[in-house]
Amino acid sequence: MASDSTPLISARGLGKRFGELVAVDGIDFDVARGEAFGFLGPNGAGKTSTMRMIACVSPVTSGSLTIFGENPATRGAEIRARLGVVPQADTLDLELTVRENLIIFARYFDISWAEGRRRADELLEFVQLKERSKDKVDDLSGGMKRRLTIARALINEPDLLLLDEPTTGLDPQARHLVWDRLYRLKQRGVTLVLTTHYMDEAEQLCDRLVVMDKAKIVAEGTPRELIEKYSTKEVLELRFPVDARPMLDHTLDGLADRVEVLADRVLLYTSDGDAAVAAVHSRGLRPETALIRRGTLEDVFLRLTGRSLVD
Amino acid sequence: MATVIPAGAARVVEHNALVFRRQWRGSLTVSFFTPLFFIASMGLGLGSLVNRSSGGVGGVPYIDFLAPGLLAATTMQTAAFECTYPILGKILWDRIYEAMLATPLKVRDVVIGEVAWVTLRMLMVATIFWIVMAAFGVAHTPESLLAIPAATLSGLAFATPLIAFTSTQKNDSVMGTVFRLVITPLFLFGGAFFPISRLPFVLQGVAWATPLAHGVALSRGLVLGTIAMPEAALHLAVLLVYVVAGGVIALPLLRRRLIK
Repeated sequence: MASDSTPLISARGLGKRFGELVAVDGIDFDVARGEAFGFLGPNGAGKTSTMRMIACVSPVTSGSLTIFGENPATRGAEIRARLGVVPQADTLDLELTVRENLIIFARYFDISWAEGRRRADELLEFVQLKERSKDKVDDLSGGMKRRLTIARALINEPDLLLLDEPTTGLDPQARHLVWDRLYRLKQRGVTLVLTTHYMDEAEQLCDRLVVMDKAKIVAEGTPRELIEKYSTKEVLELRFPVDARPMLDHTLDGLADRVEVLADRVLLYTSDGDAAVAAVHSRGLRPETALIRRGTLEDVFLRLTGRSLVD
Repeated sequence: MATVIPAGAARVVEHNALVFRRQWRGSLTVSFFTPLFFIASMGLGLGSLVNRSSGGVGGVPYIDFLAPGLLAATTMQTAAFECTYPILGKILWDRIYEAMLATPLKVRDVVIGEVAWVTLRMLMVATIFWIVMAAFGVAHTPESLLAIPAATLSGLAFATPLIAFTSTQKNDSVMGTVFRLVITPLFLFGGAFFPISRLPFVLQGVAWATPLAHGVALSRGLVLGTIAMPEAALHLAVLLVYVVAGGVIALPLLRRRLIK
């Protein structure tokens, strides 16, 4: 057993190649026990490849990776026995009922049928699916399937829960239900590692995160640290009529610490949003809308990569 | 852990059994009526003509010739059904294997577990088939019970190569062809309905190169009580080579498919 101070996951120069394609290019990170750790990045940044290596289902191409202080290449099955995995796409058994999905999964971890049934009922309660326990999985909504997948990942009482884009494709209400359950797990001290391309998800759930882009880690810190370092306290979002956009080129210079002109809006990074609005108006500009908001991880990502998270 | 099959493979069998629990009535009913209809129509109906014109086949009434051969042809079909679409579904459509491999289960457990499951399925099918044979008075001796494991082994000689084949398939487009060009012709021409010696010489060679001819000969010889030890050993050896070779290539092929 690793002691409490040793990291649960440790990666040094970790890399993954698929033929010519470099999916993960020499990344370093540590995840501590009890932490909620996130990989934030756009699709194709290497988040899922990293997660699959941590889950011991994808061999490491280069560098080193340890989970619970053990090597996935030689101790994969033993490590997986202590992991809970929520894959990006649900892999539920459509021929079985909701409850059977959990019970058979318990068997894969060598948990007895009786104990599996007990845990299944407890977990169905936890993810609010008790009333659906006898239903076929096919009849569940997307959000319910996601919650069932989370319940299934908890059947072996894992030391580490891996979630690959846990709420992608869910409607806002379903997302909040999932977040609420994950937040409760976090409060119970379950170590969470998740990937996401939603900045609100990362901000809500992650104690610490790394930003990934093009197979590399480009920044690391708590959400607050990252926002402080790479964004400003306030952001002024301006929308201009389509025909006014070409004239914007240099008219906004000097109004803020930094100006980002996006396809649909202009972002002014400033410590004082109200002053910036006044300055915009004093230059005779008439935006359709002007919104002052605080800096977010979206701004961090934009600053680091020059692109938006969700295209 | 060191029982007949590894604990992980036993879990894969349990998964199959849990799914089967929902279908067993229909499945076993089919396994009963299919041989019943075949033996009644071909064995009794067509057989009466065969017996009248040539006095049966090889000195026995046609029904006695047909039924044990058909037993081996039937387990082949079971193997073909269980080892194509359901396996591809678990690789590709429902991704059951992906879910399994996120747990302590390994690819080896999946292969051994699926082979163990199809073995169980064929034992069920062959046992019901034997009961039907007994009802027609075709299973004359207690030794005829040996045709159940013999036909199961014969089916296994198709199961492991088919699992290997399925592991390489990107979709189900070629699967229908396997049934049309391999399984159905073997069912019809592989020695169950008439002796292989009636085929053109070249096709006789082809037939003997497949596991079915050996499975049919073994099953028939055991039910009729006409097989000698050296011949039985030869058929057994051929079947075992297919089973082992299929299993040995299935494991790396499925691993390559599932571990990326």
